Amino acid sequence: MSTQTSSPAGQPNSYRTGPDEAGHFGLFGGRFVAETLMPLILDLEQAYSEAKEDPAFQAELDNLNTSYAGRPSPLYFAERLTDELGGAKIYFKRDELNHTGSHKINNCLGQILLARRMGKTRIIAETGAGQHGVATATVCARFGLKAVIYMGATDVERQAPNVFRMKLLGAEVIPVTAGAGTLKDAMNEALRDWVATVDETYYLIGTAAGPHPYPMLVRDFQSIIGKETREQMLAAEGRLPDAAVACVGGGSNAIGLFHPFLDDTDVRLIGVEAGGHGVDVENGHAASLSGGRPGVLHGNRTFLLQDDDGQILEGHSISAGLDYPGIGPEHSWLKDIGRVDYVPVTDSEALEAFKLLSRTEGILPALEPAHALAHVAKIAPGMAKDQILVMNLCGRGDKDVHTVAEALKAQEARAQ
Amino acid sequence: MTTRIEARFAALKAQGRPALMTYVMGGDPDMETSLGIMKALAGSGADLIELGMPFSDPMADGPAIQAAGRRSLLGGQTLAKTLHLVERFRETDGDTPIILMGYYNPIYIYGVDAFLAEALRVGVDGLIVVDLPPETDDELCIPALEAGLNFVRLATPTTDDKRLPTVLGNTSGFVYYVAIKGITGTASADPAKVGEAVARIKNQTDLPVAVGFGIKTPDDAANIGAVADGVVVGSALVNTIAASLDADGKATDMTLQAVTDLTTDLAAGVRRAGNPS
Repeated sequence: MSTQTSSPAGQPNSYRTGPDEAGHFGLFGGRFVAETLMPLILDLEQAYSEAKEDPAFQAELDNLNTSYAGRPSPLYFAERLTDELGGAKIYFKRDELNHTGSHKINNCLGQILLARRMGKTRIIAETGAGQHGVATATVCARFGLKAVIYMGATDVERQAPNVFRMKLLGAEVIPVTAGAGTLKDAMNEALRDWVATVDETYYLIGTAAGPHPYPMLVRDFQSIIGKETREQMLAAEGRLPDAAVACVGGGSNAIGLFHPFLDDTDVRLIGVEAGGHGVDVENGHAASLSGGRPGVLHGNRTFLLQDDDGQILEGHSISAGLDYPGIGPEHSWLKDIGRVDYVPVTDSEALEAFKLLSRTEGILPALEPAHALAHVAKIAPGMAKDQILVMNLCGRGDKDVHTVAEALKAQEARAQ
Repeated sequence: MTTRIEARFAALKAQGRPALMTYVMGGDPDMETSLGIMKALAGSGADLIELGMPFSDPMADGPAIQAAGRRSLLGGQTLAKTLHLVERFRETDGDTPIILMGYYNPIYIYGVDAFLAEALRVGVDGLIVVDLPPETDDELCIPALEAGLNFVRLATPTTDDKRLPTVLGNTSGFVYYVAIKGITGTASADPAKVGEAVARIKNQTDLPVAVGFGIKTPDDAANIGAVADGVVVGSALVNTIAASLDADGKATDMTLQAVTDLTTDLAAGVRRAGNPS
């Protein structure tokens, strides 16, 4: 079994060879699921390893990425923001320009092809901000499969445009009222559905978490972000960036950006967590790496927000997509071994960043990457002008204008 | 060493009837009532008691047991208190086997070694941990077996003949067959299908096979009990407890009586089932 010191399978001098056969990244990961699901998870692992070896699978995915999702997404030099911050050159990987408006489509296209290979006819998914729900509903519409999306009731409220979008796409959206009605509760309910419908149902997990092989396969499908960024950066600047920054909730866009850079140890990698009201406010944030400790939830061992009795806390973030008390196991491992730094950013810092990008670049970011941007705005001024910083702009902000308007109104009211 | 669980199944086999196993949530709705409920169960015909360890995210449980867990946690229940509940129960009952059932994280956070030592000390006999499949046996199963506790595994309708040996490998005490695909307290178990599944499991093990998930009434207990070595009733009992509470979720004069009445009826059910083997 895993121990703190075990390294991922393969060469110990690479950070990119995990997980091991049982799905462990060091201490983290694994397969902590009910017996009913175990055979299916083993089937999925088998199907994925066959698909990876099948050139036809990759060709179909490449074609969909290009002609349906609009990849490669551009790498954009943010000139006015760079001037405003007065330090490192800032580039954005424009994954918010993908079809459906976020990086989530990368993973959904890969997994829907897997689901088809496995002969599944019904797709379930959990969603927080609704971006993964929309992407899932989209690929289900594209392939004529039934989609059932579990979404916390609180998130259904604060992400109403995405709920409407999912319904237009033909998905059934089931609000989950258990707990605080956020992403964690949606995932519990999706797992309950899956236990009862294993024969025909494929669970399309949206983030690089859950039982093995999900953290691995979601990472693989999202790694197109980092692969493209690497090539595009070499083409634009003739060298790799000094730092790469991404927001982390479950951590799929971040692992997608980071993974191709893990062995480029000169590239500093920074994951930005949702600091909510501040990491010292109990249950007031969703920064599981900065404010949690290892535990077991949703099929994997990872850093979790929890109390002394091992009960999972609800957490809080203004961003529905980051409002999750856990994180993908590979991030826990990367933190543990020190390859990636993880830092928190508060709700109000993210709001300021949202305004900053809208004003300087004419881009409304989703509240999730607004967290990453807030950290970029903190560190860029202290970097030299010939240094390069790249950030994954993983989602567009249209879905959040209502939340932002409410939050700014509340801020003004407090200021008066 | 023979555990209380093994001794109880052996004794019932000699009597020619299946075991009645009852599940309630530890600390639901409070410690004192919960202790009273355990005594009422043992006093009115429960042969073994499964005691739930509440968890904030019970992924394999339906609405009834989810709600019971919430009541218990709201009342301040912790894993340490659940262990203490067993200790107090043992002051007056040294025979009824107790199996703790729940999810891994609270045990992991308590510390596996400390948990096993305390569980043994207070008189726990077995463990069922829903999210620890055989692939994770090093976590808790093997340390528990070495400590002298039974580690009871769940077999399900998706556990095929190829996988069954893996599932049975380190299980002890009895095998818990999950009669439905799904979460607790939802669908009803089909006795014919359950009978086939139990026979399939018994082909590969000498352990008793108890059946749970989807057994609600005394008739269910009789029908499923006819094809198994034991039946587990959980959600129906938990619902009965819930229905007896006042508007604030507090126990009333009716709570213990309601538990006694249902258990008495269920006990009559398993006695109608006769000898399964």
